[in-house]
Amino acid sequence: MAENSMSENESQNNLADAGAQQGQDGEQEGWRRTPKNTVKIIDFMKFRKIAASISLVLVLASAVSLGINQLEWGLDFTGGTLVEVVYEEAADPQQIRAQLDDAGYEGHVVQYFGSERDVLVRMPPQKALDAAQNARLGDSIIEALKTATTSEVSLRRSEFVGPAVGEELANQGGLGMLTALALVMLYIAFRFQLKFAFGAVVALFHDVVITLGIFSVARWDFDLTVLAALLAVIGYSLNDTIVVSDRIRENFRKVRKGTSFEVINLSLSQTLGRTIVTSLTTLLVLFALFFLGGELIRGFAIGLIIGVCVGTYSSIYVAANVLVALNISKEDLAIPIKEGAEDPDLAA
Amino acid sequence: MINKYPIWKNLIVAGALTLGLIYALPNIYPPDFALQVSGESDGVVVTESTLKAVGTSLEEAGLTYFSPEIIDGKAQIRVPDDDTQIKALAVAERAVHDLPGDYIVAMTTAPTTPDWLDSLSAEPMKYGLDLRGGVHFLLEVNTAKVISDRIETLETDVKRKLREAKLRYSDVSSPEPRVLRAEFASEEVRDEARTLLASQYREFEMLSLDDGLPAITMTLTTAMVREIEDFAISQNIQTTRNRVNELGVSEPLVQRLGRNRIVVDLPGVQDPAIAKNILGKVATLEFRMEAQPSAPRSTTLGFDYNGRSTNLERKIVVRGERVIDAKVGFDPETSLPQVNITLDSEGGELMHRATRNDIGRRLGVVFIETKTRDSYEMVDGVEVKVQKPYVVKRVISLATVQAALGVQFRITGLEAGEARDLALLLRAGALAAEMFIAEERTVGASLGQENIELGAISVTVGLGLVLLFMLIYYKVFGIAANVALVANLVLLIAVMSSIGATLTLPGIAGIVLTVGMAVDANVLIFSRIREELANGMSPQGAINAGFERAFVTIFDANLTTLIVAVILYSIGTGPVKGFAITLSIGILTSMFTAIMGTRAIINLIYGGRNVKKLAI
Repeated sequence: MAENSMSENESQNNLADAGAQQGQDGEQEGWRRTPKNTVKIIDFMKFRKIAASISLVLVLASAVSLGINQLEWGLDFTGGTLVEVVYEEAADPQQIRAQLDDAGYEGHVVQYFGSERDVLVRMPPQKALDAAQNARLGDSIIEALKTATTSEVSLRRSEFVGPAVGEELANQGGLGMLTALALVMLYIAFRFQLKFAFGAVVALFHDVVITLGIFSVARWDFDLTVLAALLAVIGYSLNDTIVVSDRIRENFRKVRKGTSFEVINLSLSQTLGRTIVTSLTTLLVLFALFFLGGELIRGFAIGLIIGVCVGTYSSIYVAANVLVALNISKEDLAIPIKEGAEDPDLAA
Repeated sequence: MINKYPIWKNLIVAGALTLGLIYALPNIYPPDFALQVSGESDGVVVTESTLKAVGTSLEEAGLTYFSPEIIDGKAQIRVPDDDTQIKALAVAERAVHDLPGDYIVAMTTAPTTPDWLDSLSAEPMKYGLDLRGGVHFLLEVNTAKVISDRIETLETDVKRKLREAKLRYSDVSSPEPRVLRAEFASEEVRDEARTLLASQYREFEMLSLDDGLPAITMTLTTAMVREIEDFAISQNIQTTRNRVNELGVSEPLVQRLGRNRIVVDLPGVQDPAIAKNILGKVATLEFRMEAQPSAPRSTTLGFDYNGRSTNLERKIVVRGERVIDAKVGFDPETSLPQVNITLDSEGGELMHRATRNDIGRRLGVVFIETKTRDSYEMVDGVEVKVQKPYVVKRVISLATVQAALGVQFRITGLEAGEARDLALLLRAGALAAEMFIAEERTVGASLGQENIELGAISVTVGLGLVLLFMLIYYKVFGIAANVALVANLVLLIAVMSSIGATLTLPGIAGIVLTVGMAVDANVLIFSRIREELANGMSPQGAINAGFERAFVTIFDANLTTLIVAVILYSIGTGPVKGFAITLSIGILTSMFTAIMGTRAIINLIYGGRNVKKLAI
């Protein structure tokens, strides 16, 4: 199917020269072949150096923050124990901390989770305990919390992640991210051209690093759902980049005159409406998820909201910028003769 | 350009949508709260009278229930609400306690799918633990220990064999986990030893070495290591299943994950501590000779064997920890099923000593497990439920000894099913490989319910906002896109329900995201149509060009996103997999609805007539 439509695009280009074929379809007579655009062309590339500097600064700042602050790795990756309980009345974290200290636990974090009755306790693996006892830490914490208060305490959730599992996940996550980038690059190189693949991957890298950087600066928890969000960001940003690349490719083949700059500006202007609308609908649902989806899904929503914003920007300024930097030209996108020959219209 | 779809294309769209509606429909019927009564072991069958007894006590307690029925040997009783469910559980447990036989009562949910949907095997989506509440364990089996144990056994074995053959060795030890090394004073002895050992241990790779003393190394082949690991895992899975049954969970999941892990999902279980206690228990085995009729009572013990009583000797021949393997095989001559048992060398020795003079007598296998039983005690005039552990011992096999037994022997004369059950029990009772908890996640029922509600609200609001936006921005075309978007949601739910995918909280997030991103295809098409109109193309031409030209872009963009979703699925664990599944299915269904579905609607509205202006 894809092949079909592609050759149709090409046939239309060439038909512009041959003109006569159009007459077969009465309704299309008014259709002028050369795209004389009514879309207002915005000179995006005029700001390419400024945009590149901004991107570079953001990526570097993110890298620095990731180096210094690192990420607030969630329980999924660090291993440890987490217990969320609900008290009948508002609970006092100070008092709970004291209770846990009394029980001899180290390194615990106690915080409200959503409301003042809802308390989250996190604890790293306890050195004083062996593996089996650590696996039962959650039960002991609940016990300790229950005995030390008169208020009714009920368990919302408890999680224990062993050290091996956490490490494995982090490795798998990193590996998955790299595999995703590699496969996507291959696909784009195959479907488009190597320069486009390079542009897309740089854009993805840019998006992932900046999103991670913001998580690092804000010290938000980075757990499994955020990792999922990050991969979804890759998917989303890619979507955007491909739409733009697709149009750039089309225009390079269609527009006979004009520099690479002009072609890219034209393509970006043409796709701008779509880029904005899609980002808007995606952001609409993400905000619904952020405000209404509950605490457990908030990290995921934030990750994607940031990613979608950065991704929208990067599909305009990073991917296209890389193409310019790599001196993309018509020759890179010359239509293979073979494909055209399959089209019956061309024979006429 | 007339923009009319051929009938077959319209039929495809209508057909897909109808199927989608049918298979998504079961999800709108909320399930009933219910109790499930099942027999604790296979021998205990739930009958009408069991059901009736439970029903009567529920009536006496003033609790309403409806449609009691027996499905696949389990009783199911529906109750009106969750409050009644908890009360009914206690009453039902008390009621079955008084009945002969051991029953388990579990809280469950019963689908309310109408019969006509049921007959089309349309079922509602399954909910993950984060939505239903329950306990999830990831157990890790210490297979490394199993391998090193095997090498240790081999070490004593080899030493004994060499001694028996009068071959002098200077050292036998294990320098690496999978390797045993034997050193000899001379090459002649070494070569002799190699011939001897090679004939007896085919599962090892033999290698002669001359670094220092003449030596041989015996290495467990990778295939053998895998086999030993597989055996250890299947044994642990069996044990875990037995334990889980005891917990009274309506739809437990016990499944192998990767090389050495076992996933245990216990929906509805609220107390992880109790679950851990029960999972931690192990069963054991004892091999004992059948008592001679003349034997004094003081030297015998009575056991149950398939409902009959049988007397075995007090003296234990071999214990379960000596059993290395037990599996179903077939007699090469008669092709009848049998169970092949392998003991370790010391077990073989003991077995040999016990049986060589007692050919013709019968050897019994006793299966011992600790269970917990509810009992009711009066405390301060109030009856309270207490859980008491008790030990069950029963004979699972009683077979005549045909010859002196050793390390390997077999039990014959079994039906295929019997052989399988016996092998399972033998494995469950053999010393199970060490297992520890690698991960545990417990979600309280209230949190699960809350997650469902929040998820439903997010989907509804997200969908509403997008529908509104599309309507305002694209007018008539927006309506078409909106119909397609709703259809996409229906198809997504239908596909997930019919392939039996599990809905999780991240899965719901995936649905919400799909709603936001699915319109992208339509946005691409519509902006292209607007562009072509602006270029001066006729309305019909613009519609056609918009759909045709946007297709490549949509295809490329979605395919790459799909690649990412598949990777996400392959690296993710439970919840993240849920997200990846909904995202992947959503991409596929959205491509269908946004391209074919929208086109069908637009063609219906504008196709085949002279259109001056498009409302876009």
